[in-house]
Amino acid sequence: MTLGMINAHPVVHAKKERVARSEDLHSDDALDALDVFDILPPVASSICFLLDLSTELLEFDSVRDIKDPEHPYSLEQLSVLSEESIAVDEKLGRIKITFTPTVKHCSMATVIGLCLRVKLIQSFPPHFKVDINVSPGSLADEEAVNKLLNDKERVCAALENPSLRQLVDECLYSNELYSL
Amino acid sequence: MELLDGELELREIQKLEGHTDRVWSLAWNPTGTGVAGMLASCSGDKTVRIWQKGPSGSWDCSAVLEDTHTRTVRSCAWSPSGKLLATASFDGTTAIWERVGGEFECVATLEGHENEVKSVSWNASGSLLATCARDKTVWIWEAQPGNEFECVSVLQGHTQDVKMVQWHPFLDVLVSVGYDNSVKVWTEDGDDDWHCVQTLGEAGSGHTSTVWALSFNSAGDRMVTCSDDLTLKIWDTSQNPSETSGDGSGSWSHLCTLSGYHDRTIFSVHWSRDGLIASGAADDAIRLFTESKDRMVDQPSYKMLVKREKAHDMDVNSVQWNLKEPKLLASASDDGTIKIWELSEVSK
Repeated sequence: MTLGMINAHPVVHAKKERVARSEDLHSDDALDALDVFDILPPVASSICFLLDLSTELLEFDSVRDIKDPEHPYSLEQLSVLSEESIAVDEKLGRIKITFTPTVKHCSMATVIGLCLRVKLIQSFPPHFKVDINVSPGSLADEEAVNKLLNDKERVCAALENPSLRQLVDECLYSNELYSL
Repeated sequence: MELLDGELELREIQKLEGHTDRVWSLAWNPTGTGVAGMLASCSGDKTVRIWQKGPSGSWDCSAVLEDTHTRTVRSCAWSPSGKLLATASFDGTTAIWERVGGEFECVATLEGHENEVKSVSWNASGSLLATCARDKTVWIWEAQPGNEFECVSVLQGHTQDVKMVQWHPFLDVLVSVGYDNSVKVWTEDGDDDWHCVQTLGEAGSGHTSTVWALSFNSAGDRMVTCSDDLTLKIWDTSQNPSETSGDGSGSWSHLCTLSGYHDRTIFSVHWSRDGLIASGAADDAIRLFTESKDRMVDQPSYKMLVKREKAHDMDVNSVQWNLKEPKLLASASDDGTIKIWELSEVSK
């Protein structure tokens, strides 16, 4: 893509320190948000899901290191994606992600959303259903972006486009250099 | 019409495996061979598979149509004679395959759409083919001798990606549905002059999100549409006989909306010869609806007859009733499989 930089001066936030995974993962109680941040995707504020800790779910780490298409910092560092924005219902096999693009008119929002979708497809069992939305009020044409990101046929067709696929792959796989 | 008494269920007859990616669409051959016919399926693996019931009674893959499309094959449709199969692909082309014995040969490639072709449909006589694409257009092609196809019209009107086109069961009336939430009816004025005679649902009774599919009943006086807005809508053209100009294009009106039955996108809907409406949705379930015989209500209404949860492990993309055996249903899924079902009474 030959677009100019849309967000030339992003605000960068310090990365949250990763807590080493605790061995004691068999609690049946509702979990403290901080504890689960590094173990499993946390719950949305108003809904509480019971999570089965004995299953091998890939966690929030798998998405927060995705590189923003325009900058070398990860999505978490740019506050595009924060803890509150992921909800996983393991029993139903549903994931709901809400992300905040860095600028209101971000045309990269659809690419970021695509990256999130691809990463989640790669990280979770295939029967999981993923809904991806931009957080309300974060984007001028958020309805249009949400509709596109959740149209399975449009997503499939987009990912068959070699240059778009290449961009998505670059965002997903070049995060190792910047995860310090 | 043969009616079954008692509680009904969809009994799984067989699971057809072979595709290596999601299966998007199915089409039963209208003539076919054997008792129940021939089924075509198309997939994200860029191939089309033909399935037939073998001597043992089980369905086997009798042909794989490959090395033609370079991207997902999204939709397929048999000509009324059953001799030709049209396949629509994300590669922007529509291929025409001719059946010669058990083999299939690609005899034509229709080009012209600017991007992914989403759907293809033959008219009742097999003289016309319609295709639609993400380029927001609907193309009408005329079948000519020697497997030649000529584009006779490019229909503009949709403001977004067109998801499906379907010809009326016996009139040269075309309906298209799409991402712009609309349902459009197209007819010809004579001399290849096609235009949109009606856009359904503009007055508030229409869908509020992408319309994915439509299906006519066998009488051709009703159609059902399904949408991302989680509803099915039934439309009717027999209420104002004075307004119909005899070509079926006049005054389709909203009859009823089936809401509250689905909680995820409905990708496919198909109306059987016996009047049963099957739906396939993103919650992995298949549902059957029928007209309610409730005499208390003046307006025709529809009710859910069967709900088959976990019909597949993933989204159901297509449901198609067999054209000769009306109790046989085929379904296709993101899980890469196709299932054959039989509507039967629940054994007590």
